[in-house]
Formats: sequence, structure tokens, C-alpha cells
Amino acid sequence: MSNIILIGANHKTALVELREKLSFTSDEVLSALEKLKQDPNIKESLIFSTCNRTEVLYIPETGDQIDHMIKFISRHKNINISEFKRSLYIYTEDDAIRHLFQVASSLDSMVVGEPQILGQIKQAYRVAVRENSSGVLLNRLMHKSFSIAKKVRKETGIGDNAVSISYAAIELANKIFSDLSQKTVMLLGAGEMAELAVEHLISNKVEKILVANRTFKNAVELAEKFNGQPVKFEERHDVLDQVDIIISSTGATEYVMTHDEVKKAMKKRHHNTLFFIDIAVPRDIDPDINSISNAYVYDIDDLKNIVESNIEQRGKETIKAERYIEEAVVKFRKWLEGLSIVPTIKAMNQKITQIVKIECDKTLSGMKHLSQADIDAIQRMTQAIATRTIHDPIRFLRNTGNHRDDSLYLNVIHQLFNLDIREKK
Amino acid sequence: MSLQMADIALQSATFFYFISMVGYSLFLFKQKPGFQKTSFGFIIAAIGLHALSMIVYVWATGDVPIQNLAQSLSLAAFSLGCMFLFFQYQFDLKILGLFVSVLISVIMLMVLAIPEVPVQGNAVLKSVWVYAHIFLVFTGDAALALASGAGILYLLQEKGIKSKHPGFFFKRLPSLDLLDSVGYNCLSTGFALLTVGLVTGFVYAKAIWGQFWSWDPKEVFSVGTWLVYAALLHLRFRSGWRGRRSAIMTIIGFFIILFTFIGVNMLLGGHHQGFTK
Repeated sequence: MSNIILIGANHKTALVELREKLSFTSDEVLSALEKLKQDPNIKESLIFSTCNRTEVLYIPETGDQIDHMIKFISRHKNINISEFKRSLYIYTEDDAIRHLFQVASSLDSMVVGEPQILGQIKQAYRVAVRENSSGVLLNRLMHKSFSIAKKVRKETGIGDNAVSISYAAIELANKIFSDLSQKTVMLLGAGEMAELAVEHLISNKVEKILVANRTFKNAVELAEKFNGQPVKFEERHDVLDQVDIIISSTGATEYVMTHDEVKKAMKKRHHNTLFFIDIAVPRDIDPDINSISNAYVYDIDDLKNIVESNIEQRGKETIKAERYIEEAVVKFRKWLEGLSIVPTIKAMNQKITQIVKIECDKTLSGMKHLSQADIDAIQRMTQAIATRTIHDPIRFLRNTGNHRDDSLYLNVIHQLFNLDIREKK
Repeated sequence: MSLQMADIALQSATFFYFISMVGYSLFLFKQKPGFQKTSFGFIIAAIGLHALSMIVYVWATGDVPIQNLAQSLSLAAFSLGCMFLFFQYQFDLKILGLFVSVLISVIMLMVLAIPEVPVQGNAVLKSVWVYAHIFLVFTGDAALALASGAGILYLLQEKGIKSKHPGFFFKRLPSLDLLDSVGYNCLSTGFALLTVGLVTGFVYAKAIWGQFWSWDPKEVFSVGTWLVYAALLHLRFRSGWRGRRSAIMTIIGFFIILFTFIGVNMLLGGHHQGFTK
């Protein structure tokens, strides 16, 4: 019975310095897989490494080979075992399967539900297949992890809600404006958060970015960075008819936009929608502006509230996702058990005996003239044929060892004979 | 025999509208695209059957099916369905299907519930002008009904965003911009159709009664409705009445249409009476 083992470290167990040391570049993955393939102790292996995790998934030839694998990582990454051993998690059997499914479904991610992880795992799998380091077991396990990840994404709302302030702001912008690529953003002040929000907006490709700052020089610098246009801070009201989204993060102690100023500007802009994102503390944007028709103001607390309720929602969805994963683990376990030799021989035997019996009965029922002794003789003969037919395949299966990949042959036999001890699709 | 066929087609169409309504409701809650696609399929099938029913009726009796209230309502439901297909094709605003299927289902229930009124062919209703008048006014009203649907969706979405508690509808409805522009497009299309529809009505009135205008209550209310929408469009261009205000106005406008369409005949009478017997 093959063992499935997963060794790794992620953002929960290791600090970023350690994660950096443990992470494999794509070239390092190639050379590591190459070595593992030649390693007589390792049957199948696969490595995935992102900025938040490094994990090695493998099937040992005998035993669990955990110390062997830890030594291998230490050698390959040139890092002392004592330095990283405490940060490792080691999962075997069902726990390894479950962990892989959780990672693929983005339940183990730093931002739960983020969609990139599945692509990264698929990439790791492609590399392992190309390098021929994965085999029947890991291939099937990986495919199962893709399908469970898809199911979790489809059936639960895990990826639905923005769980960071800047994403929440972008999401709101997307529900206010239909096409951000035709909208202009004005940045008031230059806090770090504001820059982050703008970076997200740029990845959503807005039409134009204006930057206003009390120190005009800073505005010019920031505008250059975002490929935008600097505006004098005193002009900020005059350009209200050109912008649609205003992100404010100045250190001012008074409002830099007041209700009356915006009300006046709304007329000039024919009451086209204005969206204020105020991430400054104390606030920059007069909250009364929200009462103006077609103007929306969200301050940092409003955004935090949304994020918190989204996180809560995500927690509920996680429970649902865990249930799907548990089901998938049980299914995979069944398939694995089906791959062991004795049930396979039994199933093969049963199938061929059944076929012979059915056909024999069918024929004999039309031959009433035969005596009971004749019938017995014919039945004995057909059973003997059946037994002899599968004698060699069974002997082949029983004769394990010699570094032969049993799971491969078992899988082939299941498919050739269409045996139903394996999990039904 | 043929009339029976028309009835069966109409009943099946109603049944399909209902299935579509159920499907769209499931789509609202579950957000599975399959529900929307199936419901859209059913609504197309329902509109097809509805058309078949009317064709069979025309073929059997030689009259257009607007001789009594049930038939007029049925035609209104049909126009709504057709206009929905048109705007769905243009804007792909899927959730509007919920509004449309609910509205049509309610109308069709009324159609089937109203006791049959014997129909005598009405000579007044046989002219190209009258057909054009009916076609334009019905499609125009349908487009304005859709505008109010978009308006309702706009208000739901806007309420969540304005109150800073984006809730149930936040994910399920598109952006305010899109809802507003769908509403505006339905509004302007409906207004244009209604305008031409009223003109054809006046021309026909001149031809048959010798005068354009006879202070018929329906005429008065129709022109009143037209003025309300004209004012709304004017305000939108001149004073930037968009978004929430515009949405509220389209909903009010739709109630005025409902009154003009049914209420006037019930309460005030007039030469459009035959419609709603």
C-alpha cells in the first residue's frame, strides 16, 4: 500500500525570511525533481513553491522517508535542518490528501479564496508531468485536487467577497460605474494606502489619474509614477467636473472637501456620479456629501465594516467547503484502497466467474436432453476455463517487488476489466 | 376548433411564463447561470406560443385580438415580452428577466381569470392606421414598463450602496451606471414609440370621426402621460436628473400608464371602451 506524504512550510508556520530561503525557483524545481526521480527511495514526487508556501508531495518506495526528504531539502536549498525543521508540517495519508485539497481550494491561503493558487498548483503539476516525476497516484491526486477546487469555487461563495480595504473599494467602484476604463481618478494627498488603492485601480485600467498634493513637487513625482497628471491642491474643486473617483488620504485636520463645494460642483458635472473614497484619519471628506444625490462617500470605517462582514461570510462558506473536501478525501481513499492487490484479484475473479456462469446457464437452458451428469461436466469445464484464463494475470499481480510500480498495473487492470471496486465517476 | 387551438397555445404560453418566473427567482437567489439560461429559453418559447395563439386567432376570426379586456392585456404582455427580448439582446441585463416574467405572469393570470366576453367584430378597429396606433402604443408602453423595472433595480442597488451596507442585491445586480443607462434607453425608446403612436391615433381619429381631438378621457390621460415623460427627459438633459430621481420618476410614470391603460376605461369610459369590456 503506497503512502502519500506532504512536507512543507507556509505563511502560518514560517516567517517570510525562512519562506524565502525555502522557496524553489522554477530552475531549482526542475533540478530537484530530476534528482528525486533518480532517488531509489522515492517513487513519485511533485514540488510547488510560491511566495507563501513551499511544499513537497511524494510517494515513498518503502516506509515514509520523511527524514530522507528533509535532508534532501536541506541539501538542495543549502539550509541547515535545525533552521527549518521546526517550521515544517508533515502530513501523511488522508491528512496529506486533505491538505492538498485545502491548498488547491484556497482555504489555506493567506487571503482565503484568492484565485491564483489553483493556477500555481496546476503549473507545478505540469512541470512534474513533463519531468515525469509524478506517476499514477500523484496524477490522479492532482486531478482530483483541481476538480475539488473548481467545485469549491463554484458551489461556495468563498471567492466572492473582497476581504481587503482596497479590493472592497474597487468592488464598490465597479458597482457604481459600469466601465472604469472611462473614468478619471483624483488622488488627494499621498498616503501609502492611497497608492495601494490606485495601483489596484490602475490594474483595472482607469482612463486618467490626477494627483493633487499640498506640496506640488510631491504631486508631480507621484503623477509621474502613475503616469498621471499633477494638479495644484488649491485647484482640487475646479477639477471636480473632470473626475469620477476621488481617493483622499491627506494629513489635514479639516475636511478638504465640504458638502457645499461638492453640491456646487455636481451641477457643473450634470449630476454625473461621484465616488469618494476617504482613507484618511481624521477624515478628509465631509460625510454629509453622501446625502447629495449621485454622490457616494465611503470612509475607512465603512470599508472596514464591509470587509469584516465579508470575512464573516467567508467563514460560513469555508465550513461548506471543508465538507466538500472531506467527501473528496473519502472518495480518494476508496480509490486508493481499490488499488491494493487482494481486492483487485477478488474482483477480477468474480467478474470472470460471473460471465462464465451466465453464459453457461443460458446455453444449458436450451439443451433439455442433457443428463445431470452432462450438465455438471459442462459447468466444471467452463469454470475451469475461467480460472485458467485469469491464472496468469493473477500470478503476475501477486508477484510484486523488483521496484515495479504496482499502482500502475492495478490501474491498468481496473480499466481493462472495467472493475467497479474503484470509485465511480 | 381553431379558437380552441388559440386558447390552448395561450394557456401553454402562460404556463411557460410561470416556469420562467420561477427560474428567474431561483437565479436571483442561487446565482447559477444555468437557471438564467433555462428561464430565458422558456420565456422565448412562451413568447413564441403567445404569437402562435394570436396568429391562429387572427386567421380564424379575421380580427386583431384586442376586442376585449382579456385580449388587450394579453397583447400588452406579449409586447412586454418582445421588448424584453430586444433590450436583453442590447444590454444583457439578465436580472431584468425576473421583473418581466413576474409582470407578464401576473397579467396572464388576469387574462385567463377574466370571464370570456363575446366579441363582435368592430369596424372601427379595421384600418392600417389603427394597427399602427396599437402596435406603437403597446410597444412604447412596454418599453416604458421596462424602464420602470430598471428603475426598481436601480433603487435597490442604490439603497445598499448609499446606506453603506451593500447587502443581498449588491452582488446580484449590475452597476448603477448600467442600470441607469438601460433605464434611459428604455425610456427614450418608449417615449419615441409612444409619440408616434399618439400621432397615428390622432390621424386616425381625424379620418374616422372628422377631428383630431375630442376630449376623450383616454386621449387626455395619454397626452398627460406623454407630458410626464417629456418632462422627465427634458429634466434629464437640462438639469441632470439622472440616477435615483430618474428611477423614481420612471416608476411613477409606469403607474400613470397603468391607470391610462386600464383605469380610465374602467372609471371614465370613452371611445377606447371596447378595449376593456
